[in-house]
Amino acid sequence: MQYSFDYSSVLEYWPQFLHGAWLTIQLSFGATVLGFALGSLCAAASNSRSRWLPRIVGIYVEVIRNTPLLVQLFLTYFGLSSIGLPMSATVAAMATLVVNVGAYTTEIMRAGMDSVSPGQIEAAECLGLSRLQIYWHVILQPAMERVYPALTSQFVLMMLATSITSQISAEELTAVANLVQSMTYRAFETYMVTAAMYLCLALLMRAGFTLLGLVLFPRRRKLGTPI
Amino acid sequence: MNTIVKVENVHKCFDQTPVLKGVSFEVGKGQVVAVIGKSGSGKSTALRCINRLESIDSGSITVCGHRLHDDRLDLKTLRRDVGIVFQSYNLFPHLTVEQNVALALKLVRRLPRAQASAIADRVLAQVGMADKARSYPEQLSGGQQQRAAIARSLAMEPQLMLFDEVTSALDPELTGEVLQVMESLARGGMTMILVTHEMSFAAKVANQVIYMHEGKVHEAGDASILRAPQTQELRRFVGSGL
Amino acid sequence: MGNASFNLAYFGYMLQGAAWTVGLSALGFIGGGILGALVALARISRRTPVRWAASLYIQVIQGIPLLVLMFLCYFGLGLMGYDVPALAAAACAMSVYASAYLGDIWRGCLQAVPRAQWEAAECLGLSPAQRMLCVIVPQALRLATPSTVGFLVQIVKNTSLASVVGFVELVRAGQMVNNTLFEPFAVFSLMAVLYFAMCYPLSRWSYALERRLKTGRRTRLAA
Repeated sequence: MQYSFDYSSVLEYWPQFLHGAWLTIQLSFGATVLGFALGSLCAAASNSRSRWLPRIVGIYVEVIRNTPLLVQLFLTYFGLSSIGLPMSATVAAMATLVVNVGAYTTEIMRAGMDSVSPGQIEAAECLGLSRLQIYWHVILQPAMERVYPALTSQFVLMMLATSITSQISAEELTAVANLVQSMTYRAFETYMVTAAMYLCLALLMRAGFTLLGLVLFPRRRKLGTPI
Repeated sequence: MNTIVKVENVHKCFDQTPVLKGVSFEVGKGQVVAVIGKSGSGKSTALRCINRLESIDSGSITVCGHRLHDDRLDLKTLRRDVGIVFQSYNLFPHLTVEQNVALALKLVRRLPRAQASAIADRVLAQVGMADKARSYPEQLSGGQQQRAAIARSLAMEPQLMLFDEVTSALDPELTGEVLQVMESLARGGMTMILVTHEMSFAAKVANQVIYMHEGKVHEAGDASILRAPQTQELRRFVGSGL
Repeated sequence: MGNASFNLAYFGYMLQGAAWTVGLSALGFIGGGILGALVALARISRRTPVRWAASLYIQVIQGIPLLVLMFLCYFGLGLMGYDVPALAAAACAMSVYASAYLGDIWRGCLQAVPRAQWEAAECLGLSPAQRMLCVIVPQALRLATPSTVGFLVQIVKNTSLASVVGFVELVRAGQMVNNTLFEPFAVFSLMAVLYFAMCYPLSRWSYALERRLKTGRRTRLAA
C-alpha cells in the first residue's frame, strides 16, 4: 500500500468540524423536541374515538416508515419548491426530520400507552379525574417511563441520520466533512475524523438521556427496575 | 332512615345476554350491605352500575341524591361521593403510596400539596400503612397494596364505598389485614356495599345480605339468612362452604 | 417545465434502479447476515476478550452514520489501490452496517432462549457446537424472525444512500430522470411509491410474524 495517512492536514480544520458538530446538535435537538411532541399528539389521536383520525395517523406512520429519509428530504426540498412552496435547506431538513421522527415516536408512544392496564384508567375515573388529567398522570407518565429506552435509541438514530441532510446542502457535520475533503484531498482521513466525532456525539447523547431519565423518573432511580 | 342507594327494577344486557333481570334493593346511611352469589350471578355488574362504570338499560338507580338514569347526571360529583376499591388494586405503579393517595386530592379537590400530603398521611395511618408511605406499589404485598387502595378512595371522603371482591386475589394469610380495615370502616359509620366471598365476614359485619342468583335478587335480609337460608339455592350456596 | 414528457422509458429506467435496489439489499443482507451471526456468537462467547471485541464493534458501528460508513468504504477501498466500483463499496458498507445491528438483534434472541434449554442441552451431553446448532439456534431463529424482517426494511431504505457514492439504484436513477425532465415532485413521488411498494409488504410480514409469535407462545403455555 503506497498510501501514507496524514491526519494533520485534516485536523487543522477542527474549528469547522466543531462548528459542524454544533449545527448537528442544534438540528437534532430541535427535531427531537418537535418530533416527540408530534409523535405524542399522533399517538393520542390514534387512540381517539373518531373513525378517521386513527386511520389518518396510521397512513402517516406507514408512509414515513416505509420510505427512505433521503427520498423524503428530496420531496420536501426539491419537490415542494417546484410546486410553489420554496424553503431553505435548513427549514426543509428540520421539517422532514420532525415528520420522520414523529412517525417513529407515534408507534413507540402508542405501544407505551396501550400497555397501561384499563383497570388503572378505571380507578382514575372513579377518583374523579378529568380525561386530560388521566391522560397526563395515569397514562402518559408510566408509558414514557416504560418506553424511554426505545424512545431515546430512536433519537440517537435520528441524530446519526442528520448526516443525510447534507445531500440537500443543509449545514451540519457531514457537509463540513465533504467540504474539508474537497480541500485537503484526504477523503479517508476526513471521514475517519467525522466518524469519530459522530461516535462522540452518540455517546454524549446516550449519556445525556440516561441522566435525564434518572431525573425524570424517580421510581426508576430509586428501584432500578423496569416499570 | 336516610337512603343512600335506591336501586329499582334494573335491567342490563351485555350484547344480547341479559345480566341483570330486575334488581331492586335499598341501602340506608351507615349500613353495610354484603352482596353474595356465584360467579356470573351479576353481583359485580350490579355494583359497577352504582357508580356508573356500567350503564343500565332500564329501571332507576339513585345514589346520594344523584339519579344515574338521568342524562343530565353530573358524573364528576357522583364520583366524588362514591369510592370504589377493585379486586386488582389498580394502584398507579409510577407513584409512591402517598402520591397515589394524594393525587386525586390535588387534582380533583384542588388542595395545596401540603394539605393533601397531611390528609394522605392521616388516612394511611388509619389503614395501618403509615410506615409504607414512601414505598412504591411493587415493593408491597397484596394485602398492603389493597389497604393503600382503600386509603386512596377513603381520602376523598366519599359518602359511600364500594368493594368489588377486594380479597379474592389475595393469599389467605393476607385477607385478614384487609378485612380488619373494612370492619373498622364499618364501625366508623361508613356506608358500604361489598361484593364478597367471605361469608364469615359478611355474617359478622353486614347489616343486610343480598344473595344474587341468575341476575336477580334471590333472597335478601339481615345476616341471619346466612345461618338459616330460606331458599334452596342459597342453602346450596352457603352449604358449599364458599 | 420539462421539455420531454414522462413516458414508459423513464419509468422503465426507474424500475431498473429498483431492481438494483433489491440486488444491493440482498447483498447487504447476506453479507451482514453472515458477519452478524459471527458477531452475535462472539457477543455471547465465554471468552471475555472476544465478548468485549464484539461489543466494541457493535457500539462503534452503531455510533456512526451509514453515509459516513459508505464514504469510508468507498474512499478506503480506493486507497488500497483498487479501482472500486460503487456497488462493491456500497455492499461492503451495508454489510458492515447490517452486521452490527443484526448481530445485536440476534444476540438478544439467543439470550432470550430460556436458560433451562441451555442446561437441558448440556445435561444431554451435547457438545457446545451441537447445543448451539440443534437446540438454541432453532429456537432463537423463531424469536428473531420478526425483528430480522423488520431490519430488512431498514436495509432496503438505506440502499438509497448508495446513490451518494454513485451507484445507480432507485434514487440515482430517479435523480437522472429528474435531470432530464425537471419534474422533481412527480419523479420523487414515484420514487417514494416504489420504495413503499417494496417495503410495506415486508413491514406487514414483520407485524404478522410478531403477532404469531405472541399468540403462539400463549397457546403453547396454555397446553
